[in-house]
Amino acid sequence: MNANWLSAAQALGGGMLIGLASWLLLASLGRVAGISGIAAAALSPAATDAKADRLWRWVFIAGLVLGGAASTAWIQPAMVSTRPLPLLLAAGLLVGVGTVLGSGCTSGHGVCGIGRRSVRSIVATMVFMGAGFVTVFAIYTVAGRAMI
Amino acid sequence: MLKKSLFALAAGLLFALGLVVSGMTQPAKVVGFLHLAGLAQGISWQAAPGFWDPSLALVMGGALMVTLIAFAITPKAAKPWADDKFHLPMPKNIDSRLVIGSALFGVGWALAGYCPGPGFASLLSGGMDAAAFVAALVVGMWGAKRWLA
Repeated sequence: MNANWLSAAQALGGGMLIGLASWLLLASLGRVAGISGIAAAALSPAATDAKADRLWRWVFIAGLVLGGAASTAWIQPAMVSTRPLPLLLAAGLLVGVGTVLGSGCTSGHGVCGIGRRSVRSIVATMVFMGAGFVTVFAIYTVAGRAMI
Repeated sequence: MLKKSLFALAAGLLFALGLVVSGMTQPAKVVGFLHLAGLAQGISWQAAPGFWDPSLALVMGGALMVTLIAFAITPKAAKPWADDKFHLPMPKNIDSRLVIGSALFGVGWALAGYCPGPGFASLLSGGMDAAAFVAALVVGMWGAKRWLA
């Protein structure tokens, strides 16, 4: 199998694992696996949230962090830092504020919301993908290359 | 509470495995997908600089193959395994918050090549890049919840 086929198979297979994880959270806790929603609610839970509803979110994020570290150690070399700090901080702030305002990210809108055939999520996904295409185009136009 | 936590942990671990296997914890592959103009140079499944990397479309496609079926069938059950009801988002309106928020998210996503899931999954392995992104992400979420929600 050549490298292209392997990468394509990994993309499809990894995507299916993401789908399975979303199904597991739905079937067990009845929740949508939207990472931004889970993290934001863990940081500032609604006053009406039961204690158990605060804990599972932290445990899910812990699983994501630890699972990411373990899988990366197993599958690929660790990333090295390459990009300017102000760029990363600006990006993090935009993603944090944007996902709270827009009620979701790639997982909540893109994977689960479209999976639920929610028109809101289809619109959100088209908007953030469109904004992503335009932003990368602008970076290439101004800087002449990608930032990574 | 223990049962809920175990399911949440398993889902988080599996989600992270999927992100790493699919290559989505590598920002170059995400930015490579968003670089549509790279099609003029050609396609690269390994995120060669300047080329278009189609991987993200297959990741979304693979995930949607599962969730389209899961969300059609699973919520019809009387209740989830470890809770007494399903908690599915109800809003249906498409308003300026949804559009402006998603647009801001898309810009940040393209700048860093990280969205929240891959950011958290890279926290311990992505060096200073991932750590800085996640720190700012958390501050942004917390502030938006506090002042804009």
